[in-house]
Amino acid sequence: MSASDTTAPDHVDEERRDFIHIAAISATVGGAGLVAYPLVDQMNAAGDTKAASSLEVDISKVPQGGEIRVLIGGKPFFLRHRTPEEIAAAVNTDASKMPDPQTDEERLVALPDGTFNPAILITSGACTHLGCVPVGPAQGNVGDYGGWYCPCHGSHYDTSGRIRKGPAPKNLPVPDYEWVTPALVKISL
Amino acid sequence: MSGHESTYKPETGFTKWLDSRLPIVRLAHDSFVDFPTPKNLNYWYTFGGILAVCLVIQIITGVVLAMHYTADINQAFGSVERIMRDVPYGWLIRNIHMVGASMFFLAVYVHMFRGLYYGSYKAPREVLWLLGCVIYLLMMATAFLGYMLPWGQMSLHGANVIINLFGAIPLVGESIQSWLMGGPSVGNQTLQRFFSLHYLLPFMIAGVVILHIWALHVPGNNNPTGVEVQDTKKDTIPFHPYYTVKDGFAIVVFLIIFAVFVFYAPNVLGHADNYIEANPLVTPANIVPEWYLLPFYAILRAITFNIGPMDAKLLGVIAMFGSIAVLFLLPWLDTSKVKSMRYRPVAKQFFMVFVVVCLLLGWCGASNPDNAVIAMGKDKLVVNYTDSAGLEGSRVFEEFAPAAQFRDEQRDSGGVASMAIEKAPAFTFKTLSQILTAYYFAFFLIILPVLGLRERPKGEPDSIHQSILGHDAPAAAPAE
Repeated sequence: MSASDTTAPDHVDEERRDFIHIAAISATVGGAGLVAYPLVDQMNAAGDTKAASSLEVDISKVPQGGEIRVLIGGKPFFLRHRTPEEIAAAVNTDASKMPDPQTDEERLVALPDGTFNPAILITSGACTHLGCVPVGPAQGNVGDYGGWYCPCHGSHYDTSGRIRKGPAPKNLPVPDYEWVTPALVKISL
Repeated sequence: MSGHESTYKPETGFTKWLDSRLPIVRLAHDSFVDFPTPKNLNYWYTFGGILAVCLVIQIITGVVLAMHYTADINQAFGSVERIMRDVPYGWLIRNIHMVGASMFFLAVYVHMFRGLYYGSYKAPREVLWLLGCVIYLLMMATAFLGYMLPWGQMSLHGANVIINLFGAIPLVGESIQSWLMGGPSVGNQTLQRFFSLHYLLPFMIAGVVILHIWALHVPGNNNPTGVEVQDTKKDTIPFHPYYTVKDGFAIVVFLIIFAVFVFYAPNVLGHADNYIEANPLVTPANIVPEWYLLPFYAILRAITFNIGPMDAKLLGVIAMFGSIAVLFLLPWLDTSKVKSMRYRPVAKQFFMVFVVVCLLLGWCGASNPDNAVIAMGKDKLVVNYTDSAGLEGSRVFEEFAPAAQFRDEQRDSGGVASMAIEKAPAFTFKTLSQILTAYYFAFFLIILPVLGLRERPKGEPDSIHQSILGHDAPAAAPAE
């Protein structure tokens, strides 16, 4: 209401007007938020996408010195059957000086009886730098440390999947997995 | 220019009727026919018109392609091949769309460098420049989204790398990442949303282009002298026919170059890997974005060191987004009162270096960071061995044959030996891109702010009119 109004009322209840302004704006903002939430949330993982997030893998056929690669929910995972030399190289190297210090045993999951099977190493197949899939024994390049080599930006992983050289900040993550039987492993995202 | 009086006179009964209800013909007449335009615009100023043509080409070909494309990871690659082989003229329409993206960026880069050189971002055109930056951002987003649609190897892994950049953001990075992908990885759901947004964004670009032209028509065009129009009669000519013809000629020349690419080298600006169907288990050896994003990719990869709590990955992402963000600040970073670098002898030289730096950054973006630009010496071969007695050692060789012989001898005698390459010290692309990145930021954050206060401008004319007289005849004896 401007001063130029010719028929100004004798009395304006400013408080009442403020209340109406605040109430109207709050309702609009709140309403916009309620509308926006489902529109934003619809982009998150859908029910069926989430449901397809675990896989049971038979590791008995993986040849020694080789690996198999599986996709779970579109994400790659490595299951590597390590040779005794590769296990020795992973165990005997001092982890404390690595960029992301972890001992080899910290990167394994115990069998139901509490023992470890160091021959089978299970890691994520996405380089922790920018998510490329490193190459390994099947591609004929295991990098300077005998594990994997990421061709995108030159990260070298050792036989325990630990980052040793290159731009990647972290070791290849060990996924959540459990041993169903000594030959069958269930990996979850 | 705003404030110039409308010269539109509706002649027929219908146009009079329409003009009093929706003066759209008047708007078009005042904007593109009798719009007073500085009379000294050169060919660098034709790229605005060229860009409008590019946008129209992309939208038309894109709408047509969407009639045949299937956004499903099992069918996308095949549907693009079907467009190339079976759809009548599908090959032509797709080649135009594909080459069109490159031509669009080529034109926008010329347009931006032109704005930079002639100071078109300075008052009173800051909003015009900002809207241009928004268009450029939308263009990059659209191009990135579109590159994923053929579902080739580069599509998948390029998208993966870019989305992974968001993972570098502390705390919320991973949630943002999976929100963008709609799941744990780039999959079908990602392809579908990328298609939806790739269809949407060009229309948003078109909307911002209208604002961009509106913001241009309020202060009117800048011009190569950077001196504002003072006398509409002396300094300007109507847009039509003078600039419709000049722009038209430039558009024809541009379209000829465009056509050469479409018909003779449609794939030369792309990557062969994208004709391999996407495979999430195999990453192509050399992931690089399309050429027009290479300079930013080089800046991303240039940061290989940590600063305090921030790791290299986060810093690289900050530098990359910062290199675009700094464009938004440019109108307030450049302190010079003189707009055109024609009359800024020092700034001109820094500008030329800046152009070269941007091109070299593109070169760095396309190259492996560890490769040598200038090698200093030759690579050597190192054989590490443990002999049968358990002694460890290593020997360095220049040639392969003796190195291999030595290794085999060690192995034959019961030892363990392996060979590795020791790279010669070199000036690598990594170092080069770090230097170039430093210049890129210094140009905006140090050189332009300081230079504007220090530099002595030279020879700026008093008016557009006078600058043109100076070319042909002495100002003292104006031709009648």
